[in-house]
Amino acid sequence: MFARRRREMPSLNTTSTADISFMLLIFFLVTSSMDSDWGLPRQLPTPEDYTQEQEVVVKKRNALCLVLGADGLLTCNGESLKMEDLSKRVEEFVANAKNDPGLPEKSKREVHLLGLCQVSDRHVIMIDVHPDATYDAYFQMQNAIVQGYNNLRNQLAVRRFGRPITACNAEQRDAIGMVYPQRISEQTISQEGGAR
Amino acid sequence: MKRGVFRRCRREMPGLNTAALPDLIFTVLFFFMIVTHMRDVDPQVRYQVPQGTELQKLNHKSAVSYVYIGRVTGAPVDSFYIQLNNKLATIDEIKAYVEQERSQMSSEDQPRMTVSIKADRDVPYAIISGVKQALQESFALKINYSASKK
Repeated sequence: MFARRRREMPSLNTTSTADISFMLLIFFLVTSSMDSDWGLPRQLPTPEDYTQEQEVVVKKRNALCLVLGADGLLTCNGESLKMEDLSKRVEEFVANAKNDPGLPEKSKREVHLLGLCQVSDRHVIMIDVHPDATYDAYFQMQNAIVQGYNNLRNQLAVRRFGRPITACNAEQRDAIGMVYPQRISEQTISQEGGAR
Repeated sequence: MKRGVFRRCRREMPGLNTAALPDLIFTVLFFFMIVTHMRDVDPQVRYQVPQGTELQKLNHKSAVSYVYIGRVTGAPVDSFYIQLNNKLATIDEIKAYVEQERSQMSSEDQPRMTVSIKADRDVPYAIISGVKQALQESFALKINYSASKK
């Protein structure tokens, strides 16, 4: 009777399960990567646009010519411009808040959700990059241009929808994109830009 | 006397119960399996991406192909190479690469196919524009300049 009470259930020795799963864990840590990829998304035009070589006549007031030299120096409509000032310049150029005759034309158009408003759909930012310019300089320029657009869109979103553009839904974002479309043209090599 | 010795022998060291340890580690394992993805390309070029402020996170990893441009160890500092998949390539091979990547994608990924350009800061723009033109000709129109947050 006494002996039977002391008998225990034989159990499986699971001490090494931890070691096995540790090995699996280390295997996954080594073979996988966690780098989330951040970047600046851009849309290229279709090759037809490029081969047709359409000569678009752009009025002087509607164009912002950016030239990036081999030394990374930026020239804007013939005057040199610092990279830090580019986003401000793009903002002023695209918005043309005071309807300055030297800045791009705007047209009145009915925009979904926003009603009748002034749309900056005539402006073109023309980019000319020297082949020897570094990728970093080119990227900083692109980044500054996008920053200018994003600031404008954000201001409009706060004014009209009461929240930053990142908090807007797709429909609202489309409406804002209609008011400030990105019109960027890379003349020498390709045309870039699109209606977003 | 004899009885006392016997009793002392039966005393055992209280052991830590490690039954839950495998479960814990399995949880960590599953966490890593979910948040990471398999590294399918061994970078052969070294590159340092530029820094930007207006970056967006790249979604739909299955629809993204990569073009790496950077330096190769041992080569001169100012020479840059393009890497597609696991081997160094030239600009002319980009078209074939895009075709191959596209055919491997599922039909719903194909329209949102994105090519992410991971290029070193010092790469001359001539190479970038060549890559862009090749991508354009092969109708890979969504591109992404990979960068890190400032």
